[in-house]
Amino acid sequence: MTFSFEIPLLILLLVAAAGAILVKDLMSAILLLGSYSFFLALVWAWIGAVDVAFVEAVVGAGLATVLFLLTLFGTAPKDSRLRRPPPPMAALIALPLLGILLLYAANDLPEYGDPNSPASVHISPTYLEQSYPDTHTPNVVTSVLMDYRSLDTMVETVVIFTAGIACALLLRRQTS
Amino acid sequence: MIRTHDSIIVQSLGRFLVPVIQIFGLYVLFFGQYGPGGGFVGGVILGTGMILSVLIFGHDASRSQFAKKVLHGDGVGMLIYAGVGGLCMIGGGEFLNYANLEIPGLETASRRSLGIVLTQIGVAVDVAVTVISIVFSLSAEEIIEDSLNG
Repeated sequence: MTFSFEIPLLILLLVAAAGAILVKDLMSAILLLGSYSFFLALVWAWIGAVDVAFVEAVVGAGLATVLFLLTLFGTAPKDSRLRRPPPPMAALIALPLLGILLLYAANDLPEYGDPNSPASVHISPTYLEQSYPDTHTPNVVTSVLMDYRSLDTMVETVVIFTAGIACALLLRRQTS
Repeated sequence: MIRTHDSIIVQSLGRFLVPVIQIFGLYVLFFGQYGPGGGFVGGVILGTGMILSVLIFGHDASRSQFAKKVLHGDGVGMLIYAGVGGLCMIGGGEFLNYANLEIPGLETASRRSLGIVLTQIGVAVDVAVTVISIVFSLSAEEIIEDSLNG
């Protein structure tokens, strides 16, 4: 491999994230967040998590942008410009320290794609080998989500349902 | 409250794109067993198609009536999902263990495949209704009250 896409992608990701934070106009910030989601989807697809990339592209870049825009149009007459307070001194000191701590801890993570890492030796081989004979479903992600971990997915559905109900209760008002 | 978009270009594109997006959503929903996709993404795409028609043609257009009717189906997706789980218990099986679905003529693996399809439809319905409900909550209070009370 002579040229790696990882470094340019990660730089674009950082630039989009920093732009979304630093830009003054809220509309530009929303569109930059959408492009950030697209770059993140490319990163997921690059490391092989195609399902996650799909969800990130659809929900992060498509739906979340629409929701942010609708919120902005609902609140625009009141504040269309950011008044940004200066960041507190404690955050300026604590956040770089936290970053250094996380980088230090990242040294102990297993190598990417390591077949002997704890995540790949515990139960993943069982799923990968038994998925098709058990469920006749070629996509292992779907069979794990919907069959082996079906109860988890059901409770996630309950969470989505609860979010919709909460939004309706908080945002829909009587007009009279 | 959203009104019809003025531009004829946007309206023509919307008439063409919304059905394509809906078909693509169904494809993603049912292709989830064979490739990337599945209930969650398929449901979001289905809901996004209806949101697009609301954003382009406005809340009052006849094309948006279906999205308003869909709002009454809040919770149906969860009912489908938990209902499949309950059907598994009829023959004395465990909750959500699709191998216990009492369907004659199907082997165990095919039963589990069928259970996966049914629960994915449940997730898709739940996600699509929730997405449309949130967008309507953010954009049109009066319309919601009218359609739910009247």
